Amino acid sequence: MATERKKAKKNSRFWEVMRRLRKNRLAMAGLVFLLLMILISIFAPLIAPYGYETQDLYNMFALPSAEHPFGTDNLGRDIFSRIIYGGRASLTIGFASVAVSAVFGMTLGAIAGYYGGKVDMVIMRVLDVFQAVPAILMSIAISATLGPGLVNAILAIGLSTIPGYSRMTRASFMSVQGMEYIEAARAIHCGDRRIMLKHVLPNAVSPMIVQMTMGVGSCISVAAMLSFIGLGVQPPSPEWGAMLSAGRNYIRDYWHIVLFPGLAIMLTVLSLNMLGDGLRDALDPRLKN
Amino acid sequence: MLRYVLKRILMFIPIILGVTIFVFTLLYFTPGDPAQVILGSDATEEELEACREELGLNDSYLERFARYCSDVFLHGNLGESYINGRSISEEVASRMPKTFTVALVSVILAVCIGMPLGIISATNQYTWKDNTAIVLALLGVSMPGFWVGLMLSLVFALKLGLLPPSGWGGIEYLILPCVSIALSGAGSIARQTRSSMLEVIRQDYITTARAKGQTERKVIYVHALRNALIPIVTQVGTMLGIQLSGAIVAESIFSIPGIGTYMVSGIKNRDYPVVQGSVLVVAIIFSIVMLLVDVAYAFVDPRIKAQYAAPKKRTAKEA
Repeated sequence: MATERKKAKKNSRFWEVMRRLRKNRLAMAGLVFLLLMILISIFAPLIAPYGYETQDLYNMFALPSAEHPFGTDNLGRDIFSRIIYGGRASLTIGFASVAVSAVFGMTLGAIAGYYGGKVDMVIMRVLDVFQAVPAILMSIAISATLGPGLVNAILAIGLSTIPGYSRMTRASFMSVQGMEYIEAARAIHCGDRRIMLKHVLPNAVSPMIVQMTMGVGSCISVAAMLSFIGLGVQPPSPEWGAMLSAGRNYIRDYWHIVLFPGLAIMLTVLSLNMLGDGLRDALDPRLKN
Repeated sequence: MLRYVLKRILMFIPIILGVTIFVFTLLYFTPGDPAQVILGSDATEEELEACREELGLNDSYLERFARYCSDVFLHGNLGESYINGRSISEEVASRMPKTFTVALVSVILAVCIGMPLGIISATNQYTWKDNTAIVLALLGVSMPGFWVGLMLSLVFALKLGLLPPSGWGGIEYLILPCVSIALSGAGSIARQTRSSMLEVIRQDYITTARAKGQTERKVIYVHALRNALIPIVTQVGTMLGIQLSGAIVAESIFSIPGIGTYMVSGIKNRDYPVVQGSVLVVAIIFSIVMLLVDVAYAFVDPRIKAQYAAPKKRTAKEA
C-alpha cells in the first residue's frame, strides 16, 4: 500500500503533464510525426525501396513517379530512400548536439547559479564572450576548425549553443535559491550535490525541457545549413542539407531534387516546435490563462 | 546614466579580447600546414621551413597571439589569404556593407511582418485570425532560411522571371535574399509579440484604461504595446546576429559578393585566415550592435534608467 502510494505520487506530475499535453492537438500531431520519423530512421533499410547509394543510371533526374515517389537525383539515386536514410544523420545530430549543449550548459549554469559570487562571475564573463559570436557563426567557426563529419558537426553545434542553456539554468537555480525547502534541505545537512540534483533541479527543469525540444529542431536546421555550405556531413552521405547542397546546381530544371529534402527538414523542425509549444503550455498552465 | 553607458563600454573591451583569443585559438589548432597550402604539394622541406619561419609559425602560442593582437588592433590587419595573398582586412571592409545591408533590411522586414501578426494574434485570441497567425508564425520559424531562399529563387527568378536570381545592384537584388532570411525572424517576432502582448493585456492598468473609456485602438497601441515592447526589442537586437548569419548563407545562394560568400569560399579552399578574419569582424560588429541596443534600452525603459539614477543601490538582477 505504502509503496503504491509513493509510486503514484512520483509519477503524478508526469501524468498530469501528459494529460494536458494530450488535449493539445497541435502538440500531439507533432509528437506523432516525430515518433514516426524516428521509427522510419531506425528501420530505414526495411522501409526504403532502394539503397541510399543505389544508382539507376537509366533514370537520372527522373521526376516523381510511382517507381520513384520523390524522383531521382543527378546520379540516379532514389530521393525518397535517401531522405529516409538521411533522417538518421539529421535526427542523430539534432538529439546528440542538444545533449552535448544541455549537459555542459546546465552544469555550468547550475554551478554559477548555485554558488554565485566569484565563480558565477567568472563563468558568466566567459559565456558573455561566447555569446558575442552569433551561435550559427560560432558553429561555422568551430566546424571549420574541426573539419567535416558527423561527430564534428555535433560538437560544433552543441558547443555553440551552450550559453542559452547555462543562462536559463542559472536563472532558475537563482530563483529557487531562497525558497524554504532549500533551507530545510540545508538544515538537515544535505550536501551541495544532493541539494542541486534532488531539490533544485526538479524545480528548474520545466523550461529546460521546452528549450531542449525546440533546440533539437533548430540544431537539425543548423546542421543542414552547415552541410549546405560545405561543412558538417558531406555528400555522398545521405543528409538532408547535403542533399540540398548537391542538388542546388540543378534547381532550374529539376526542382524535385531540392524540394523534398527541404520539406523533410521543415516538417521535422515544425513537429518539434509544435511539441515544444504544447509542452510549454502543459508544463506551465499559468501561461495559458 | 552616463555611468551605465561607461560601464557597458568598459565591459565591451574584455569581450572583444575574449573573442579574439577564441578565434585565434581556433586558428591555432586548425589542422594542416599553412606553408604547404601556400607553396603547394611540390615544395621542398627547406622551402616549407623558410616559409614557416617567415610566417612566424615556429613561434610559441603567446608570441603569435601577441603579434595577431597587435596586427588586428593596432594596425587593423587581419592577415593575408593563403590562396591569393590578398589582404583580408581590405576584402572584408569592401564586402561588409553588403552583408550588413542584407541583414538590416531583413530585420526591418521581419519586424514589419512579425509585429502586426503578433498583435492581431493577441488581440483576437482563440479566433480564426489567431490560429492562422500562429500557424504562419510556426511555419516561418520552422523553415530553414537557405531552403526558402532556394525555393523563392526557383519560383520568382527562374520560373516567373520577375526578379534577378543572383548578383548585386539595385533594390530588386535585395528582395529575394532579404525575404528568405526575414521569414524566420518574422515568425519568432510574431510569437514573442503575441505572448508578451497577452501578458500585458491581462494587467490591471489595461482594465483601467478600458474602464475610463479609452478607445480600444489606443488601449492596444499606446497602453499595451508600449509595455510589451521590451522583450520584443530584446529579441530584435539578438535577431540581428541571427540575420547576419542568415545573410552569410543567403549570400552564397544569391551570389551576393558579401562576407558570406567570402567566408564560404574560405571554407571550401581551406583558407582558414579568411574564415577566422571574417568571423572576428562579424563578431565585433555584432557586439557593437548589442552594446548600442543595451544603451538604447536604458533610454527607452524608465525602469533601467531608474536603477542608475540612484547609483548607491545595486539589485541582484543587474549583477
